[in-house]
Amino acid sequence: MAKVFKKTNMLTDATMHYCPGCTHGIAHRLVAEVLEEIGAEGNCIGVAPVGCAVFAYNYFNCDVQEAAHGRAPAVATGIKRVHPDKIVFAYQGDGDLASIGMAETVHAAARGEKFTTIFINNSIYGMTGGQMAPTTLVGQKATTCVYGRDPSVNGNPIRVSEMLATLDGPSYIARVALYDVKHIIEAKKAIRKAFQHQIEKKGYSMVEILSSCPTNWGMTPLAALDWMKNESEKTFPLGVFKELE
Amino acid sequence: MKKLLKGNEAIAEAAIRGGCRFFAGYPITPQNEVPEYMSWRLREVGGEFVQAESEVAAINMVYGAGGAGARAMTSSSSPGISLKQEGISYIACAEIPCVIVNMVRTGPGLGGIQPAQGDYFQAVKGGGHGDYHLIVYGPSTVQECVDILYNAFDVSEKYRTPVMILGDGMLGQIMEAVELPEMKDISKLPEKEWATTGTGTGDKRRVINSLYIEPEAMEVVIHRLFARYDEIKRNECKAELFKTDDAEIILTAYGTVARIAKSAVNILRAKGVKAGLVRPITLYPFPDYEYAKLADSNTVKEFVDIELCMGQMIEDVKLSVNGKKPVKFYGRVGGNVMSAEDIVEFVEREVING
Repeated sequence: MAKVFKKTNMLTDATMHYCPGCTHGIAHRLVAEVLEEIGAEGNCIGVAPVGCAVFAYNYFNCDVQEAAHGRAPAVATGIKRVHPDKIVFAYQGDGDLASIGMAETVHAAARGEKFTTIFINNSIYGMTGGQMAPTTLVGQKATTCVYGRDPSVNGNPIRVSEMLATLDGPSYIARVALYDVKHIIEAKKAIRKAFQHQIEKKGYSMVEILSSCPTNWGMTPLAALDWMKNESEKTFPLGVFKELE
Repeated sequence: MKKLLKGNEAIAEAAIRGGCRFFAGYPITPQNEVPEYMSWRLREVGGEFVQAESEVAAINMVYGAGGAGARAMTSSSSPGISLKQEGISYIACAEIPCVIVNMVRTGPGLGGIQPAQGDYFQAVKGGGHGDYHLIVYGPSTVQECVDILYNAFDVSEKYRTPVMILGDGMLGQIMEAVELPEMKDISKLPEKEWATTGTGTGDKRRVINSLYIEPEAMEVVIHRLFARYDEIKRNECKAELFKTDDAEIILTAYGTVARIAKSAVNILRAKGVKAGLVRPITLYPFPDYEYAKLADSNTVKEFVDIELCMGQMIEDVKLSVNGKKPVKFYGRVGGNVMSAEDIVEFVEREVING
């Protein structure tokens, strides 16, 4: 029988540890497919974060460095400066990128470091069991704001893409979502564009991916996708926030 | 031909001649000449300099660059080195070679910008979390800084263990004539088979990591690190002995303080007191055997440990002397520096007449 579909070479055969219904797996696959399409096989270095994607080094079929919590942009800076012609990407969650690693994120973007960041925004600390993230929505419950996020007590969610788009260093900043097939296809296009900007050395590139966390949101996988569509997107509108020619 | 160079600049130039091609740092007194010099000089040799947004970012840039195969370095001073400790622990566990310079100032806290030796414990006992060591050097002259920095990357790569230079504000700021060695040809270095150079796929993938969820796997890593520290102890211990052959009173000090102690030995000798000096050059591994030998000698009556802190190295000195002879302590703190006469006066008061 003719083979009509095969898994991308840029993913290993390791079984992923992600919870049922988690969209990390989709995001991994999109990134890996794009890496294969742009010819990054044998030409690529990834940076894994601390958080749910901490084992990303087991899944991406390329050289990988595991960074300390929040430090992926600094580690990626070091790698890309040493290997300017290799494809370098950092894969980070919201606690990693927008809380403990915000300084590294903003400054790598401001310097226009020519690597690509894949930013998984699922509005929660997944790995540690559902604490409030810098991207937790107002009213959303978490184990450190059990009555729901109250801005007067817990502060407000941070819109990273909008913020980074104000800087001169980034050349491509987009926010996408993974709640249905149409949006997954659009997400892949954005990831492809981000890597293209890196290849053309235009500047810092980032794709923020709205993701679901059924386990810590306390929902079924399908209900979580609906919630992402109906709630997450209100605070985090989709779109391209910066795209240099 | 000798060149007159400031300690910090000599460190930067010697590191580059020793193969340094990546530097990330953050401004802090009294080490600013290192990043300043690196910022223009690295470009001349095709290297990369990044002024990092923080000490935390700088050490993690070194993690990335070192893990990617470059000879990478950072420098700072005490409070900044404290900030780097998390990254240093990760680097030690991930077995990434690199060089870290600490031009120590006085602390705790924001402290002051004057010389001190209060970071000894932090440098030689771990500093960050978990079980690990660095190879730590305590140079006492600008020339010795040059000699150590020139070979620091070779040593660090040989053992895949980070090297730390523990200097102080005096050593960084002092100007001395130095002989600079030739630029090393780094294109001839052996390939780093572990470095993430981007070519890996499948079985040839390279992963730089310090996460070991399985206790058995983590234990294997820690045992591997400590087997290497044993090897480092066997091969890399260095100390200078000054007039110890017939000495009855052994002074001991490291870094710039050892220079002052050397003058004190000469003054004491001129007064007819048989004094000598042990100057550890490697602070980790600690040259304990030199102290042990002297402690066993019938001539030696007493040791005097001299530091610019409340007494940190003295713990290693006492462990090495192992209770066989008394060990007294003399120190100044807060950024104050003792004179040779201060040491002589202490020895006369507390040891000879004590």
